[in-house]
Amino acid sequence: MSAESVAAGFPSPAEGYIEKHLDLNEHLIEHPSATFFVKASGESMIGAGIFPGDLLIVDRALNPVNGSVIIAVIDGEFTVKRLHIAKENIELLPENRSFKPIPITEDTDFQIWGVVAHCVHALQKQNGKR
Amino acid sequence: MYGLIDCNNFYASCERLFQPKLQHRPIVVLSNNDGCIVARSDEAKKLGIAMGTPYFQAKDLIRHHNVAVFSSNYALYGDISARVMTTLASFSPDIEIYSIDEAFLDFSALKNIDYENMASQIRKTVLQHVGIPVSAGIARTRTLAKLANKISKTSKNGYCVIASDQEINETLKKSDISDIWGIGKRSEIRLRRHGIHTLTKLCETRDSAIRKILGVTGLRTVYELRGISAVPEEEICSSSRKSICCSRSFRNNIFILNDLKEAISHYTCNALEKMRTEARTAGTITVFLNFRNEENPVRGLFNSITANLPVPSNANPDFLHLATAAVEKLYRRGYAYKSAGILLSNLGTNTSYQADFFQEETPYKTQHLLQTLDKLNSKYGRGTVHYAAEGTAKPWTMKQTRRSPRYTTCWEELLNMDTWDGKNEINYHGKSFANRVCSD
Repeated sequence: MSAESVAAGFPSPAEGYIEKHLDLNEHLIEHPSATFFVKASGESMIGAGIFPGDLLIVDRALNPVNGSVIIAVIDGEFTVKRLHIAKENIELLPENRSFKPIPITEDTDFQIWGVVAHCVHALQKQNGKR
Repeated sequence: MYGLIDCNNFYASCERLFQPKLQHRPIVVLSNNDGCIVARSDEAKKLGIAMGTPYFQAKDLIRHHNVAVFSSNYALYGDISARVMTTLASFSPDIEIYSIDEAFLDFSALKNIDYENMASQIRKTVLQHVGIPVSAGIARTRTLAKLANKISKTSKNGYCVIASDQEINETLKKSDISDIWGIGKRSEIRLRRHGIHTLTKLCETRDSAIRKILGVTGLRTVYELRGISAVPEEEICSSSRKSICCSRSFRNNIFILNDLKEAISHYTCNALEKMRTEARTAGTITVFLNFRNEENPVRGLFNSITANLPVPSNANPDFLHLATAAVEKLYRRGYAYKSAGILLSNLGTNTSYQADFFQEETPYKTQHLLQTLDKLNSKYGRGTVHYAAEGTAKPWTMKQTRRSPRYTTCWEELLNMDTWDGKNEINYHGKSFANRVCSD
């Protein structure tokens, strides 16, 4: 969304020519008021490219579908898994052979907290941060 | 039509969003010096823990029923509040923030709305996007919307719409005078003395009689109950336990930064004046703006900035420079600003010592002492006169031991995932896994 198209006052003739800086927020965050940042801490989703310590950009406004990587809450605890919705059942799939799939039944205390839209993985340690 | 949307057990709901284990556990939240209980979940209310109870008094009850206790986390509550308001603003171009967890939506610019569906959508959307449950009351006037909101709290679906004249009459029959926003206990007593015991009777009473008993503001309230919008377009300055809000919709949209700054400064001063009459201090100020969206006139645009004071205060200069700086940050040239306002939160009482310190003294002496202290401090600057017991450490920094992480405003305090894996050994084959759960 550029400033021009929403202007309702004094459009500046220069606006079409002023270069913007590239803004990661614009690029990564589609629904700001529904977007939360959380930290991955397990190894269960390494196959999906999610490593311990990675920053996950979670968008609660996205509707989870089969194949979405989601933040789930099971028995009050958080976990990151891939959602698998089949005809007969729902499962949460890890992407690491050391982990087993989690079946979700009617009795499971389960809720979807949000859909993981992006994973930010640092390739180099930043000085003094995180 | 107006909607009054408010969050259910707002502070407790904020804590539960990031600690889902607390979903059914009673929760209380303590004020900014951990002195009093400033918020309770429904379960805590049912246990008989009263609002404003000093923490030490409720300790036994809390321990006995395993009540979760939190220090106020204003960084979190303010951020979540802004998210709720932004989400609500998408339902109507006109939003009026009333407090940190409630707002009026004005639907007059929208046509052909199914209000039951709208209310349901609002609830679903805020719950999904922000994780906060809200109640929605929709009716022809603000006063009726407030009543509808009250009714919605005990309704199954969490919303209530009062649309037709018949629905208004039926609702008034089922409600009491004490349920009405704008009619306080004293007014109720006056009405009963004049033989008006029901809302139906009140609405049928002649205007001139109502004006004599309740004054002009009371008459406006009765017009609203009759279904005629009568609250004037002036500044709304509202005060609740959690926040003090001052805002206004502009008659003509504002485009110039200086005009906005002036308006915000004005609302800040008014809110502070109100706060001082209530002998309270605030630690946080939020500036919010509502502006017009040319692309999509049906949806409003809303933005806000929250600033924390280094020390809770009630003095104008401490807030004004933050407020104007916030406006400068929020302002974008070319936008038509329809309304603006400020919200004071992180409220405390205007004392700088624990109340029990004075148990030995007589009430009169204490009052007089407090007043003198305040006068001197306000004349010569805060801290001019203080108690030796205070020491040099500010009391408000000494507590806050139970504050949850600032999940949405501090990089070092983000929510940690995979606490489930760490606790479920059956999920692995043989790999050892250091338990990385950071908080419990």
